[in-house]
Amino acid sequence: MKKATIQLETLTCPSCAQKIEGTVKSLTGIEIESLKVLFNSSKVKFNFDDEKISIKEIENAISKLGYEDKKSKINEL
Amino acid sequence: MQRFILKKKNQITLIIAIFIVLAYVSEFVFKNHEIAFGSLVIASVMGVLPIAIQAYQALRVKVISIDLLVTIAVTGAFIIKNLEESAIVTFLFLFGEFLEQRTLNKTRSAIKSLTEMAPESALKQMENGEFIEVEVDEVEEGDILLVKTGAKIPVDGTVLIGEGHINEASITGEPVPASKKKDSKVYAGTILENGTIQIVANRVGEDTTFGKIIELVEEAQDSKSEAERFIDKFSKYYTPAVLILAIIVWLITRDTEIAIIILVLGCPGALVIGVPVSNVAGIGNGAKNGILLKGSEVIQDFSKTDTIVFDKTGTLTMGNPKVADKEIYTNKEDDIDKILSYLASVENESDHPLAKAIIEHLGNIELYEVEKTDVVKGGGIVARVNGHRIAVGNVTLMQQEKVILDEQVSADIAKFEANGNSLVLTSIDGKLKVLMGIRDQIRPGVKMELQKLKKLGVKSLVLLSGDNQGTVDLVANELGLTEAHGHMLPEDKAAYIEKLQAKGHIVAFVGDGVNDSPSLAIAQIGIAMGNGTDVAIETSDVVLMNSDLSRLPHALGLVKATANNMRQNIVIAIGVVVVLLASVFLSEWMNMSIGMLVHEGSILVVILNGMRLLRYKLRYRKSKMELKTTNN
Repeated sequence: MKKATIQLETLTCPSCAQKIEGTVKSLTGIEIESLKVLFNSSKVKFNFDDEKISIKEIENAISKLGYEDKKSKINEL
Repeated sequence: MQRFILKKKNQITLIIAIFIVLAYVSEFVFKNHEIAFGSLVIASVMGVLPIAIQAYQALRVKVISIDLLVTIAVTGAFIIKNLEESAIVTFLFLFGEFLEQRTLNKTRSAIKSLTEMAPESALKQMENGEFIEVEVDEVEEGDILLVKTGAKIPVDGTVLIGEGHINEASITGEPVPASKKKDSKVYAGTILENGTIQIVANRVGEDTTFGKIIELVEEAQDSKSEAERFIDKFSKYYTPAVLILAIIVWLITRDTEIAIIILVLGCPGALVIGVPVSNVAGIGNGAKNGILLKGSEVIQDFSKTDTIVFDKTGTLTMGNPKVADKEIYTNKEDDIDKILSYLASVENESDHPLAKAIIEHLGNIELYEVEKTDVVKGGGIVARVNGHRIAVGNVTLMQQEKVILDEQVSADIAKFEANGNSLVLTSIDGKLKVLMGIRDQIRPGVKMELQKLKKLGVKSLVLLSGDNQGTVDLVANELGLTEAHGHMLPEDKAAYIEKLQAKGHIVAFVGDGVNDSPSLAIAQIGIAMGNGTDVAIETSDVVLMNSDLSRLPHALGLVKATANNMRQNIVIAIGVVVVLLASVFLSEWMNMSIGMLVHEGSILVVILNGMRLLRYKLRYRKSKMELKTTNN
């Protein structure tokens, strides 16, 4: 398991946060309890299983919604 | 394609505006219906695209969003050939989003300026001994780093070589630079004002105090209070409800016009954004002023506080106690130097402020090896030195040790207590040898700050202290406190707070965050006055970064203003929706464009209202300056 923090471009509508949360939740390999979308700091934090999904795939899913990620940070758990 | 459209939203908004102007010009100036018609079609279609995409994306994750309401409304207007409306509504909606983004960024600016203080690079010692600039993420614990004058300390660490002055305002809020030499602790995000030092990294990245502060503030901004969770739930059902209402109205009246107006007017925008905006601005203002507020629940509770409980040591007083009175009880065979040496040796084992005062008082003195140190909670220390049993502590400890306190001693104790001293008694092998009275001074300005708290509506100020009643009374009288109790152990304080709460008081506890964690946890609001220490940050609800009480009135004033601001925003948001929906049925002038204008306007109003909180400080500073001049 790894812990990731993705910094997105500024989020402006609360429904954006809902969309991102819903999308990331639906991916396999994400620990749902750990998922947090921080609307004001425009960050997504979650733990994920790097054997089931790569950070690239997660980033792609988010950028498909139209939110560009600026920087991803991954730490070992 | 979707991504491209969403990214170019601002440009699209501009193009729509141009087409709308073009349509009006050709309609009224050149009387050309075809070009006007064409322009409006283009504007409507272009405008609805990004909105429809957003609506679709939300639907895919089972969220009925505002975008969906607007998309249906605009499509409806388009179908009934009300092109003017469809074009203008999409424009207003997109332009509103653009303005929201700009203003929201402003409300978040306080936090942004905080995160921008985070260090980015470090000079790291490589294997060959040279220092090379690396990104701060590449620094690991144990690395040796060089910090030059004017640079930011990149990580939490300990000074190895060199000395200098460090501005620690980002951690402690203290503007006066602190002097650092070998073995001093330094903190990430602070600035070396002069000198050059080498440090060893102890904690890096998010584990540093600075990293934790940022994380805490970021999470606090997004934490939700009861009221907000209610609004969230409400808007989750509200938006679909508006959709259903519009459908029902359409089925009954068969009037597409009214149905789509309802869709536009029912958008819950201001309601969803209003409360978080106040929250963000309030927490941001706090962070800038050395006050960490852990979320909006804390803001709500703190704003209702009517009782503030203080723990004396280091809060109301200087926290730098000194030995003021001393009495030594000796026989002929006693060696006074030896007794004092034993006392110093035992106290050297402790980091209690009273122990520090005694060591400072005794100065350079021979120290012995101390064995079997036993710390008696709320009592003192018992240890073995040179084969003697030495007990150093308060009267309770002496009673436990069965030390006889004769009449002379009891009279001295009473005298010392009346002078406002804390007592430290020393017994050797069960016989009392030394009585010391240690006194602390009240911090300058505390009295004024406490009066400000009362003006802000705090009814009682309570002091609970481990010190003797004499000391406590002295402080209480001087500061005009409501209640003051001495001889209290940490668990007594917690129990007392529970008693206050049982009487219906909302209690805030102000402590130093280390030895008062039970009270910090039990009080509705735990306020830690610390130098940004870990424990303080983790166990409390509010952290005053500097051990400076003047932050407390600002904190209380700020949370009250923030709580008020939230209430105003809720009233504005609900009021606007109610008025708009009512006017659909009761007035002639209501149409989709006006509805959208008012709706977007109300969103901007709540954001701007929230932004007022960012400036809360200015008003406070002003009143503080006025007080200062009257003092002079």
